[in-house]
Amino acid sequence: MSSDQQLPGDVAALAEVPADKGEVHLVHLYPREMSIYGDLGNTRCLAARLRWHGYSPVVHDHHPGSPWPDQVHLVLGGGGQDSGQARVQEDLARIADRLRELAADGVPMLMICGMYQLFGEAFVTVEGARLPGLGILDVTTRGNEKRMIGPVVLDTDFGPVVGYENHSGSTVLGEGQQPFGRVRQGHGNNGSDGTEGARTHNVVGSYLHGPVLPANPWLADGLLEIAARRATGTWAPADVDDTVAREAHERQVRRLLG
Amino acid sequence: MPLRTTAALAAGRLARLATRLRGGGSALPGLVTEKVDPAVLRHTLGSLPEGVVVVSGTNGKTTTTKMLVAVLRAHGLRVFTNPTGSNFTRGVISSMLGEISLRGRLDADIAVVELDEAHAIHFADQVLPTHALLLNVARDQLDRFAEIDHTARLLTTLGERTTAGVVLNVDDSFISRVRDVLGEGVRVGWFGVDPSIADRLPELQEADVRFEDPADRPQLGATDGLLLPSEDGRSLTVRFGDGRDVGPLTLRQRGLAAMINATAATTTARQLLDDRFDPRVAAEALESVNPPFGRGEVIDVDGAPLELVLVKNPAGFTVALGTYGGEPAATMIAINDNYADGRDVSWLYDVSFEPLRERGVALTSGVRAWDMALRLRYDGVDVGAVETDLDAALDRFLREHEGEPTRIFCTYTAMMHLRRRLADRFGLARFGEDPA
Repeated sequence: MSSDQQLPGDVAALAEVPADKGEVHLVHLYPREMSIYGDLGNTRCLAARLRWHGYSPVVHDHHPGSPWPDQVHLVLGGGGQDSGQARVQEDLARIADRLRELAADGVPMLMICGMYQLFGEAFVTVEGARLPGLGILDVTTRGNEKRMIGPVVLDTDFGPVVGYENHSGSTVLGEGQQPFGRVRQGHGNNGSDGTEGARTHNVVGSYLHGPVLPANPWLADGLLEIAARRATGTWAPADVDDTVAREAHERQVRRLLG
Repeated sequence: MPLRTTAALAAGRLARLATRLRGGGSALPGLVTEKVDPAVLRHTLGSLPEGVVVVSGTNGKTTTTKMLVAVLRAHGLRVFTNPTGSNFTRGVISSMLGEISLRGRLDADIAVVELDEAHAIHFADQVLPTHALLLNVARDQLDRFAEIDHTARLLTTLGERTTAGVVLNVDDSFISRVRDVLGEGVRVGWFGVDPSIADRLPELQEADVRFEDPADRPQLGATDGLLLPSEDGRSLTVRFGDGRDVGPLTLRQRGLAAMINATAATTTARQLLDDRFDPRVAAEALESVNPPFGRGEVIDVDGAPLELVLVKNPAGFTVALGTYGGEPAATMIAINDNYADGRDVSWLYDVSFEPLRERGVALTSGVRAWDMALRLRYDGVDVGAVETDLDAALDRFLREHEGEPTRIFCTYTAMMHLRRRLADRFGLARFGEDPA
C-alpha cells in the first residue's frame, strides 16, 4: 500500500460487531494517478461498511506495475488528470484481459469519471484522434470544449443516487448499452439524452463524484452484496445505522428537485 | 491620467459609498470601476516606483501577503495592498478606491497584491507584475479550475510574464519548474524548508500528484531563505545562505504553514529591498503580525479563546488539523458549498479526520452539515449534533461550551458569515477594516 493513500488503520477496530463472516478483497485501481475529487472515499466507504456488516475487508491498492492480487471480489476506479491517465495507460493495457474476464464473470466494479471513460470503447479527442479503451462498457467519449459541472440526481436500479459531476468528455452509449441511471437533475453522459453512466453485468461506470458511495449507501451495499456472495457464498448484512447518510442524501434531493 | 480612468474612479467611489451605506460586500465598487475603464489598474499601479508584487498560489496567500506588507512597511516603504483577501482584480480595485486621489495618484512606493490563480492572469493582462511570489499548487475548488495541472499552468504563465524578479518554492515541483520559463534577466529567489525538517513536507502537500522528484533541485544561493523551526516548534529562524538569519522569532499565528509563509515573505522582502534589508527589522515586523480574519484568528469570547480556522481544500484542512487538532478545544465544523467555497464537497474525503477522533466534534453546520457528519462517521469521529443553520449552530456551540476553549473550522462563506456574527457580538473589527 502506498503511504499517502492509506485507509485509517483502525476502521476495522471501530466496528462493534465481530468480523466473522469472511474476507472480501477490494482492488482500488491507481489510487495515486486516478483518484481526485475524493474517489478514495468510495474505497473507504466500502471497507468500513464491510466491517460494519461483520466482514473483513482486504484493500489492495493497484499501482502501475503492481502484481495483480490472487483474490478480487470488487474493483474500484476514479477520476484523474490528463497527466494521470497518460501514466496508467500502459499498465491498464497489461491488466486489460484480466479485467475483461472478471467483468464478464460478474465481478462488481465501480468506475468513476476518467476510469469510466477508459472502460469504454474509445475516447475521441477534440482534435479527432481515437484512443481505444478497454471495451468493457459500450460507450464512446468525445472531448468537449465545454465542461459539464454541477450537482446531480439520478434514478437507478439501486434507487435514487445523488452526486456531483465535473467532466469535459461527452459520452454516448452504444446500441443496447444500459445506462447506470436516468438524469433528474444535471447533465449526465452528454447533456442531451437524459442518460447517466453505463452498466454491463455488475460493472457500473458513472461521472458521479461526491464521492458517490457514502451518500448513497444502498448503492454501496448493492455492490457489496454481489462481492460478498462471490467471496463467501452468502450475504448476511448487519443492521447498519444509516440515519446520517439518509439525511445527507435526502437534503440534496430536496434541495435540487424542490 | 486618461479621462476615462478619472470617470471610472469617480463611478467606483460612488458605488463604494452606496455599498458602505448598505453594509455590502467589497467587490462591487471594483467591478463598477473596471467596467468603466478596463485599464484602470495599468493607469494607477503601472507607475509605482518600486513596482508591483503579485502573491499567488493555492494556500497561504492572505497570510503571506500580510506578512510581506508588514516587513516592507517596517523598512519604511509605503505599500498599497488588498488587505481584505478579496483576491480578484475587482477586489484590488475596490481596495484602491479608498486610497487614491481622483486624478489617479496612489500614495505608495510599491503594490503588494494577493491574487487568486485565475485572476492573476487577468491582472497581468492589465499590468505586468515586476515581481511574483509563487507559493504552492494544491487541489482547490476543482469545479472552478478543473485540474491541478491547469492551476500549475496558470502560475507558470504568471511567472513567464513577471518582469524583474520571482521567488519560488523550492519544495513544490509545480512551482520550482517555473524557473524554466522566466524571461531573460529575471532574478530568481528560492524559499523552502531546511532539509532537517523535510520529512514534514508530505503533510503540507499532496504527494500523490507530484510524480517525479526533481533531480535537479536548484542550488540555493546567498539570499535564498530556508525555514528552520526551533526544537519545540514554537519559534523559527529564516536561514539565508549568507548567514544573515532572520530570527529566532515567534509568530502570532500557529503552525508549520504559517512558518513557511513567513519564510516566503521574508525571502521576497529581501529580494525587493536588497541592501536596505535589515534582518532585525524583518523579525520584529513578523512578530507583530496578527493572523488575518478567520485564518487561525483568536477571538476573545468572554474570557475564553475561540479560534476561527478557514479550510478550503484537502491540503489546507490537513495542515489545519495537524496544527490545531491535537490541542484540546470543543470543535465545530461548518461546511458550505456556495461558489466561493467550491460546490463539490468530495474533497472532504481526501482529508483524514483521525486527529479529531479522541475528543469528537461537538457540532457540524452549514449547508452540507449532514455530509460533514457523514464524513466524520467514516473516520470514527463522534458528532454531538448537526445544525445546518449557522446562526443557530453558533449560538448553541457557544452556549454549550461557555468558558471553554473553542475552535471552528469553516469554509470561506461560512467563515465570512460567522465572522460577521462574532464581530457584532464581541465588538471586533469588521471585514475590510482588518487592522495591520
